[in-house]
Amino acid sequence: MSTIAMPEPDAGVLARAPQIIAALEAALPAGTVISSPEETRAYECDALTAYRCPPLAVVLPRTTEEVATAMRVCHELRVPVVPRGAGTSLAGGALPTADSVVIGTMRLREILEVDTANRFIRVQTGVTNLAVSAELEVQGFFYAPDPSSQLACTIAGNIAMNSGGAHCLKYGVTTNNLMGVRIVMATGDIVELGGPLPGVSGLDLVGLICGSEGQLAIVTEATLRIVPKPEGARPVLIGFDSAETAGECVGRIIRSGLLPVAIEYMDDVCLRAVEAFVKAGYPNCAAVLIVEVEGSEAEIDHQIERIRLIAEELNPVEFRASRTAEESLAIWKGRKSAFGAMGRLGDYLCLDGTVPVSKLPHTLKRIGELSKAYGLEVANVFHAGDGNMHPLILFDANAPGELERAEEFGADILRLCVDVGGCLTGEHGVGIEKRDLMTKQYTADDLAIQMEIKSVFDPAWLLNPAKVFPLEVSQPHRHAAARCP
Amino acid sequence: MITNSSDHAATVVSPPSEAELAGLIAESYARAAPLRVVGGGTRIRSEAIAADQTLTSRRLSGIVTYEPGALTLIARAGTPIEEIEATLAAEGQAFAFEPMDHRAVLGTKGAPTVGGMVSANVSGPRRIHAGACRDHLLGVRFVDGRGRVIRNGGRVMKNVTGLDLGKLLCGSHGTLGVLTEVALKTLPAAESQQTLAFHATSVKEATEIFATALATPFEVSGAAFRSGTAWLRIEGLSPQVDYRRERLSALFRDREIDIVGEPDSRTLWRRLRDLHHFAGSSVPLWRILVKPSEAPAVVARLHALGGEVSLDWGGGLIWFESNADSVAIRRAAGVGQAALLGRGTLPNSNSFPPEGAAVARLSAALRRTFDPAGILNPGLMGK
Repeated sequence: MSTIAMPEPDAGVLARAPQIIAALEAALPAGTVISSPEETRAYECDALTAYRCPPLAVVLPRTTEEVATAMRVCHELRVPVVPRGAGTSLAGGALPTADSVVIGTMRLREILEVDTANRFIRVQTGVTNLAVSAELEVQGFFYAPDPSSQLACTIAGNIAMNSGGAHCLKYGVTTNNLMGVRIVMATGDIVELGGPLPGVSGLDLVGLICGSEGQLAIVTEATLRIVPKPEGARPVLIGFDSAETAGECVGRIIRSGLLPVAIEYMDDVCLRAVEAFVKAGYPNCAAVLIVEVEGSEAEIDHQIERIRLIAEELNPVEFRASRTAEESLAIWKGRKSAFGAMGRLGDYLCLDGTVPVSKLPHTLKRIGELSKAYGLEVANVFHAGDGNMHPLILFDANAPGELERAEEFGADILRLCVDVGGCLTGEHGVGIEKRDLMTKQYTADDLAIQMEIKSVFDPAWLLNPAKVFPLEVSQPHRHAAARCP
Repeated sequence: MITNSSDHAATVVSPPSEAELAGLIAESYARAAPLRVVGGGTRIRSEAIAADQTLTSRRLSGIVTYEPGALTLIARAGTPIEEIEATLAAEGQAFAFEPMDHRAVLGTKGAPTVGGMVSANVSGPRRIHAGACRDHLLGVRFVDGRGRVIRNGGRVMKNVTGLDLGKLLCGSHGTLGVLTEVALKTLPAAESQQTLAFHATSVKEATEIFATALATPFEVSGAAFRSGTAWLRIEGLSPQVDYRRERLSALFRDREIDIVGEPDSRTLWRRLRDLHHFAGSSVPLWRILVKPSEAPAVVARLHALGGEVSLDWGGGLIWFESNADSVAIRRAAGVGQAALLGRGTLPNSNSFPPEGAAVARLSAALRRTFDPAGILNPGLMGK
């Protein structure tokens, strides 16, 4: 059995399930509410698949007003709401409880406004991340955040988790590219925050909503900053015979004044898995960096030459610069298939702690020691330029006790990240996965004010109530907000 | 604790430690005694805030950590920006958001602090390319209105652990808490820069030039206009800047373009950033935000009221120096947002544009959460 606890479902809500479903169906167009057990099962988990629980019902609205109607009904009947984008969360952010109604944004699919003169796009938030950039392709613009689930994940989920991606070293994460939102409050009220004007006065409520993991409101529309596409981009691959040297190289590149769009890191465990899976032709060594730079052909050549000079001081086992689109694809092929390759080795837990770049070598060394102590193999593949690590802990879900051991190992790694000055999660979010570790990073007062802010937006604690904050810490808030109408 | 009363008629307190600052606020909370919260005192129009005591973080000074290889700086809130900028420059780095220095245009003295910069989300011309101060803020420590010391965010570039209070604090002008320490992302300073100057242009032509240039991949990092001249700044590695200048010049080949090289380009943008063209006057100065494409129409309406205009952020930011009535200026700004930067005798209430009812309600509820007794810069940003 897995180890993360969820609160007991509210017996009062469960007893009223037929009335709740009837009220939702009466208020919303036909086909919007799903309540048969065969269908709600499709929503029982997100990408943290070790945890599953079908919800009481699922609502899939097509407009902001329908979201508001669903929220109002749930609020009046005191039913917890679990917001859901595409369900690609790795942290259990969209995990339902038996007494909850899932409100999904996936049918909110409209592109509302494309304004290249003022450099923004306005979309409904069920649009996928990749579809936003696809919409802008012909005008020569793109939307910068690019989480690896970008084919499937929605803008709603990106905003909830403040998603990053490989290119955020240069372009920032979601919060740096989000200008405005239309939200539905827990009461069903619709509120506009921010918009296409940059730098407006007043409290930065858009910045507060971004990354709030469905705790404050459901975002139904978003105004996003768009960026001109670069003329070109090419990667280099650099192999090293030690993890420490690779980490050193990352620091030196950043310090040199270059600003690559991405610096990706893969260790030997990952490299072997990738070779076996897609034969990417990577060197057999302790660590590989993929560094991508942008610009015109001449600009790219100039930057690659400077990276070569930095790398050569550190005696790399290989330095391979892409000269063509085909070579670029070949260099990226292994990195892009890394998670698939790891999946072939067995079950894995993907962590997301971030550490100061200067602490990468120490952290990698310590993870290696913990790996031996726990007797579980770990692979490291991550965004090195910003210190956002993704250790993958390999385990066998069928072996009794291994998931628990892997989770304990993961918790130790995340504590390590906090101890060296980093944080529990760089881009996946807290969800349920890191919920009970929050007291490691934050004091009681730090967490108290965050919960007080949640209470401003959601006084009855109906929105995603058992996430982000440790259960025993949030218990008084959840208890005080009596669920019975 | 030092006390001096030279700045204002009221007492100025500057606690030497975070703990003492927290104690002072806890005591003010217990007495419900309002505090006027300032940093270096170079920007805020604080004289109209009803408080007996002025609280400044000036004595919480000094860089805590600077790691150029990790692009990270942590400093106590009272650290002068000049000290930080000198430290960064020694490593070839800078704050990419290019914070404005308000002293020349507001006729103030003293040293702007990093805490004041964050509290006001101060950002300069490079905002169009690199983002604002809030985009480079990694973490904060602050004391809330009850005297609780609170930490949020951290020192790493990617962090989604819990709610992002740094964003709320940045631009809250001391109304939610008093910052004691901030962590900011630094970036390599551009090795080289050049500026393309387009003379004899109208506001309409200027915004068209900006829209065209900002849609190119040449990373234009400044797009400003005043007195018939529009400027585009390009930055980067030296060969990159030459290349980008050639490509942009070709794009505007039917126009006459002057090239401003080093070091004049740097001086030009520093002066544009700090609004030297509006210095030495006591006429009220307004900051008006619009969609860049709407700038020509808004400027035409503003000109009809009488006053001087300059543009930044590709036309998205209109600076307007005018004695016209504030209601008329707000009307001329249309859907744009007009806020008084300072100067003159207009009341403080003009410093923040009116908010819609729902946003005002949420903002007020958040202020009460951070500051239940309403003691931190009361009334500055609304009830």
